[in-house]
Amino acid sequence: MKTLKLLFTSKKFVFGLCLFLTLLFLGLLFPVFNHKDPLDLAGFMYQPPSKEFWLGTDNFGRDVLVELIHGLKTSMFIGLLAGTVATLIGVGIGLTAGYIGGWVDNLLNTITNIFLVVPPFVILILISVSLQNRSLGIMGLIIGITSWPWTARAVRAQATSLRVREHIDLAKISGMGTFEIMLREVLPYIMSYIFMAFVLQVASGILNEAGISMLGLGPSNIVSLGTMLSWALLFEAVRTGAWWAFIPPALTIAFITFSLLFMSTGMDEIFNPRLRS
Amino acid sequence: MSGKKLLEVKDLYTYYQTRLGEKIKAVNGVSFELKEGEILGIAGESGCGKSTLGISISGLFPPPLKYGKGSVKLGDVELTNINHSKLRKEILGKKISFIPQSAMNALNPTLKVKRFIVDLVKEHEPNLSEDEIIKRAAERFESLSLPKRVLDAYALELSGGMKQRTIVVISTMMNPEVVIADEPTSALDVSSQKIVIKLIRQLFEEKIIKSVIFITHDLPILRHIATKIAVMYAGEFVEVGTMEQVIFDPVHPYSNALMNSIIVPEKGIKGKKLPSIPGAPPDPRLEIQGCRFADRCPLADDECRKAPIEMREAKGRLVRCIKV
Amino acid sequence: MDKKILLKVRNLTRVFGSKKKRVVAVKNVSFDIYENEIISIVGESGSGKTTTARMMLNLLKPTEGTIEIEGEDISNFRGKKKREYWRKVQGIFQDPFASFNQFFTVRKVLDDSFKLFDVQPSKEEKDKRIRKVLEYVNMRYEEVAEKYPFELSGGQRQRIMIARIFLIEPKLLIADEPTSMIDAVLRSSILELLLSLREREKSSIVFITHDLGLAYYVSDRILIMHNGELVEQGSADDIITNPQHPYTKKLIQDVPTLHQEWAL
Repeated sequence: MKTLKLLFTSKKFVFGLCLFLTLLFLGLLFPVFNHKDPLDLAGFMYQPPSKEFWLGTDNFGRDVLVELIHGLKTSMFIGLLAGTVATLIGVGIGLTAGYIGGWVDNLLNTITNIFLVVPPFVILILISVSLQNRSLGIMGLIIGITSWPWTARAVRAQATSLRVREHIDLAKISGMGTFEIMLREVLPYIMSYIFMAFVLQVASGILNEAGISMLGLGPSNIVSLGTMLSWALLFEAVRTGAWWAFIPPALTIAFITFSLLFMSTGMDEIFNPRLRS
Repeated sequence: MSGKKLLEVKDLYTYYQTRLGEKIKAVNGVSFELKEGEILGIAGESGCGKSTLGISISGLFPPPLKYGKGSVKLGDVELTNINHSKLRKEILGKKISFIPQSAMNALNPTLKVKRFIVDLVKEHEPNLSEDEIIKRAAERFESLSLPKRVLDAYALELSGGMKQRTIVVISTMMNPEVVIADEPTSALDVSSQKIVIKLIRQLFEEKIIKSVIFITHDLPILRHIATKIAVMYAGEFVEVGTMEQVIFDPVHPYSNALMNSIIVPEKGIKGKKLPSIPGAPPDPRLEIQGCRFADRCPLADDECRKAPIEMREAKGRLVRCIKV
Repeated sequence: MDKKILLKVRNLTRVFGSKKKRVVAVKNVSFDIYENEIISIVGESGSGKTTTARMMLNLLKPTEGTIEIEGEDISNFRGKKKREYWRKVQGIFQDPFASFNQFFTVRKVLDDSFKLFDVQPSKEEKDKRIRKVLEYVNMRYEEVAEKYPFELSGGQRQRIMIARIFLIEPKLLIADEPTSMIDAVLRSSILELLLSLREREKSSIVFITHDLGLAYYVSDRILIMHNGELVEQGSADDIITNPQHPYTKKLIQDVPTLHQEWAL
């Protein structure tokens, strides 16, 4: 409780959280009231913003505003899914490596390092190309599976330093098993840290999705912020001066990422004992 | 033997401001004078405010530490409202030297020891050449019978005791009038402890430094180095007297318990009944009416809790107690 | 009167790292701990005293040498045997804050120690015992049971740790600097409680400390360690008044006392 209260004293965190929740509700609630299909060809190609189309139309004559909000929903979904997957795998591997140490640590560390060295983007592209049908869930999973290594690294470092603490020794001489100790004596101590890592993973998940989608390897038949950018790029929105086709999705991506980064810095200020007053 | 008055602290109050807006009182109306030739020991237990007092005297108030009221005068200079760049240039390191608790780890491990000395001296005497400063430092090391090779060593190559001695020498390069040492020996083994104490004593006897404020919870050490001792409890001084008075004949109930709880390896200790004081010091966030020790004191009654207790003279020293 | 040997430590050696970075933390250390006695292992940092304590607590495997409890080698203890050992040999650590999992209440910490019991007492029985041991350490169940460690002072936390020991009733307690982070005026109450373990449970206690004064005050026998080796052992009086080994002599000389001049 005290931690939560402390968190809300950070203006950065509150600002980030508010922005994020606003975007999230926008993405979730808008489709409930507005039943327009984002893929509906409502107007002509690249109509500028007007009363009918607030943000104009894209290269297929689709309503950019409707697309944008559906895209927001998609991107958030992929980001959250990717963040969750990456965090789960990262925590599992990092915690085991850091707490158990020895050869287990060496092995897991090697695997982590291999994943770190191979650019995740390359793996992402390879997997995306090889898949016929790329659903939202699959995209999120793929992004999550390729981005866990640095969560694992961060968690491993924390677990390693916690391993030698006295309460761990006390748990051992109280007869607790390894798994129990990891879960009860180590995990709670790094929860805030993991949450911070999660937030950053969500942000990078959203950026990764945008990146892949820009290359035309995004989810099939679904609008995401990345696919919007990809279409704008493909159909030369920039050259034709149709700024409304690419500025709004780009800005939205920036907003989501900003909100998450703000939350993360806010949390860092609260949880990092060196920065804490 | 009373020398020139070097430092005067009057009714000093400082506190910590937390993120949640609470004020945590650290130093509550401390007053004392420090004269040339004195080694004032400030004794107290963890959380009593003795370290904060040390920082506060140096005039720097690093956040979240905040200045409340009162004054700290070094000669004629008031340190609580002095401009910071002036404080750093003309006072700190030159007239007052502060040796913090964690000094040993404060040295950047990738720099040579002589680098620190050059930087420090240059700050105060920009006209001196580097060679001259190093020569001076070498002379200082020699006169204190410390090996000169330390100057060319990196901080991380030195042992704990040597590192701490180096810190002491570096921080006294400018022959400060007042040295504030905050637990300079606590992290050391007994043999290194002794060597560091010896060094401080030597600097003092050779008149390189004129006075010392020695902050520690280690009473046996104060017994052998301090000329005066102030016992601190919950942000206040409760007893100030000569070393002999405070160690061997304490008057205040708290200092009495503190002195009686000393255990050292000498005859007569085994089987000695140790005092036991129930409870804990008061919450530093609270406003307290009367005596801060009243709730744990065997002598306390209603009168003690009525009004703030002032320092008064008893048996030739100052005591904050109305019952003795 | 011949006393029975409780713990027999023979040729204990512990090496950390390998090859060039090899550090021998404990070198060929042998000693006995008898039933119902209090000893201190005294040494400076790096003397190997804490490593020795960790091996005695079966938290660390010796590189060489053996530890026997009542004639049984502990190196092959697994599962149930290991738990049995920890019912007989328990520990208290230096930092009463770090010893607690800060997310659990006092009640939970005490409850956890029942894990060592083969037969789990009933809930009522557990409750009764926890109340009793809290009373031993002068704390009221209602006041502390639901508290979290950060709501307690250092002295109170260490008393909870002692209550935990009373709950387990070990034959041997290894106390690693149990009072070094406790305020001096509270120290006596902690020491008294620890020493009462000998009266109440007929336990033995090993103090691991750097404080020669404390060692002298509490122990029957003192063991001096230096650079991983056991350099001298003897009765507390002999060690303090008539030290033999040069290191012990120097150590005693370097510790400031109240009534002798400190040769600076």
